[in-house]
Amino acid sequence: MKSSKGRALAVAASAAIAALVFAGCAPAATDGTTVNCDDYSQYKGHEGTEVEIYTTIIDPEAALFKESLADFEKCTEITINWNGTQEFEAQIPVRVEGGTAPDLAIFPQPGLLAKFAGNGLVEASAEVAASVDANYSPDWKNYGTVDGKFYAAPLGANVKSFVWYSPKVFADNGYTVPTTWDELITLSDKIAADGKVQPWCVGFGSGEATGWVGTDWMEDIMLRTASPETYDAWVTHGIKFNDPAVAKAIAQAGSIIKNPKYVGDVKSIATTTFQAGGAGVVDGSCAMHRQASFLGGILKDDNGAVIVDPSDTTTENGISVFYFPGSSADNKPALGGGEFVGAFSDRPEVQAVQLYLTTPEWNNKKAKLGGWFSANKGLDEANVADPVNKVAVQILKNATTFRFDGSDVMPAAVGAGSFWKEMTAWVAEGKSDKAVLDAIEKSWPKK
Amino acid sequence: MNSSFFALTKSPWDTIGPNLLQLVLGLIAFSAIVYICFLVASRASVKTQDWLKYLIFLVPASLLLLIGLVYPTIRTLIMAFMDSDSKEFVGVDNFVWAFTMPEILTVLKNTAIWVLLVPLLATGLGLAVAYMTDRMKRAAVVTSLIFMPMAISFVGAGVIWKFVYDYQPNKFKADIGLLSAITKAFGVTPPNWLLEAPLNTLLLIVVMIWIQTGFAMVVLGAAMKNVPDEVVEAAMLDGAKPWARFIRITLPMIRSTIVVVLTTTMIGTLKVFDIVRTMTGGNFSTSVIANEMYSQSFRAMDYGHGSALAIILFVGCLPIIAYNIRQLRLERTER
Repeated sequence: MKSSKGRALAVAASAAIAALVFAGCAPAATDGTTVNCDDYSQYKGHEGTEVEIYTTIIDPEAALFKESLADFEKCTEITINWNGTQEFEAQIPVRVEGGTAPDLAIFPQPGLLAKFAGNGLVEASAEVAASVDANYSPDWKNYGTVDGKFYAAPLGANVKSFVWYSPKVFADNGYTVPTTWDELITLSDKIAADGKVQPWCVGFGSGEATGWVGTDWMEDIMLRTASPETYDAWVTHGIKFNDPAVAKAIAQAGSIIKNPKYVGDVKSIATTTFQAGGAGVVDGSCAMHRQASFLGGILKDDNGAVIVDPSDTTTENGISVFYFPGSSADNKPALGGGEFVGAFSDRPEVQAVQLYLTTPEWNNKKAKLGGWFSANKGLDEANVADPVNKVAVQILKNATTFRFDGSDVMPAAVGAGSFWKEMTAWVAEGKSDKAVLDAIEKSWPKK
Repeated sequence: MNSSFFALTKSPWDTIGPNLLQLVLGLIAFSAIVYICFLVASRASVKTQDWLKYLIFLVPASLLLLIGLVYPTIRTLIMAFMDSDSKEFVGVDNFVWAFTMPEILTVLKNTAIWVLLVPLLATGLGLAVAYMTDRMKRAAVVTSLIFMPMAISFVGAGVIWKFVYDYQPNKFKADIGLLSAITKAFGVTPPNWLLEAPLNTLLLIVVMIWIQTGFAMVVLGAAMKNVPDEVVEAAMLDGAKPWARFIRITLPMIRSTIVVVLTTTMIGTLKVFDIVRTMTGGNFSTSVIANEMYSQSFRAMDYGHGSALAIILFVGCLPIIAYNIRQLRLERTER
């Protein structure tokens, strides 16, 4: 999974470089001439102070973050020291234990955050909590909350509940984007009956990480067939892995993935890479492919795909996304991830920066620079240029629930081990639902 | 924004300069230490000089061996008897796990197949090619073609062969696999090569043989050149046919080289990791011990299971190394 994210980073990187070049030419607002410092009056009174932000976000993405904060720094005279490192996960415990904790830390996943709650992290100020209440859904606040205490505010977001498709192929054949699970199945049947393209391309192949695609399918469907509470219990082993609720989800996943009418040769899903599966949407050999947003960059670079708005039905090789439908029109869960900003110091300037990052003002400013979005309710879609990110923002806004990728939260022996392997065996060896779930349950660490 | 443009105009010497200085300082410090060592040694009495000699030459090497080899081995041995976080002792649980889990039994079985087939076939093929090209004209063309895969890394070879074994399930798409194309030419529907066990393990073994045959060929070919012409001619005069000459003269005379080639290939095969990891990632019942050891330790973060597999691998290598050392000793006494 890491490698695919690296790929996405590279794409984001090139976009960011392009943005930088253009920003260099235009008389940007960051030179101070057009900034109205009145907007920042509530953060004033900490002139001459410094705040360190410790993070995994490095250049070229970091440059966009710095740019988005430049006006804030100019007006408040708080210097923000952006300290990005890929060693974040290894170094943050060292720094906290060594008494040199950063002021603010951007945690890439909630699991890591929880380790420092009450162990260095300070509770967010009332203003930050109020701003998060106003601008984010309770699910997002919950991920920054440990044992009832709210520590960290959400920052960026990513979304996985996408189906990639070609608007042109859909329009040419008279297919319409489904909005419920039943419509999705009806559409799949129709495409299969027409026989012009294969309804679905599924690829579990990802080198040593083969099978993770299957875990994403399971998580997305688990969110649709079970309650959010059951999903949480499943991820933390509150219910057994072979619980009837999980069995229901894998059966529903199997209704697409293990249906030869939809996917062709089921066994070969295990040897088809997820990139090759996605490529089928570009070359018109299959109609739909479920995958997270980063796939767009890969298909653009390797397969000549053009990322278009869902309304653009004329562009050749144009691909776009629609929301992986919920069980009914009212059931719209979203699977994804995001970062969280926690403070290790309660100095007022640190709280001021933490607060500013939760405001719609900053989120819009950052989104305008490109390649980025968040779950902030105040984020205006018009400021998100990329068509896929635009759909993602809509999904987050309409989401009835939001949950993190479950396999990333499960113990590594399952989340990066048996879950991958058994999902692969599920397609490659035709292993039964029950045998797969029993084997994963058995592999769950005993402690 | 402007600062980044200034950064571009920085002279490369800004980075090279300090590094160069460090290098020069390092070299001076190193020479000074060596000089002091020799100075001390030359002032000592003859008897202490002997001791100093051993000390100066042996201590750094032994220290590195201790840190890099002995310590990790002992630590792995201890961890093999501990739980996944290396916190509590669990006795032989990890070994019981290794020898009872059907998945791991497949891994052990696969490793056995690899260790049997690769050395035998690679050495056999290498021997055949070496013998056939021994007195051939323009043998260099043939031998260099066979030797070339030796220069390719295992990962590179894995990627190349993955293309050969490529399988295209989607009927709307073009097939790019060479092996599929060949079978189709004979009117046979190709299987999904890397998916079907045990075929897939055999296909992975072919990659290793492809690489190792060149090595066997070159070493055995060199040994054959050392077989005296008089002996061969004498056998010819006695009426020995080519096959008999090969079996009775060549083979016995290069026996020790064959043993060396067999055992080194065997140890290399026991450690095989890259080919499996690149081509199947250990999926579809193709995993081997080295690959599973990595997956258990660094994917599933279960150091107990990983270390137990490492110890099994280590114990598997021991008899081969012991045999090799014995063989070397025997040769020395013969001389």
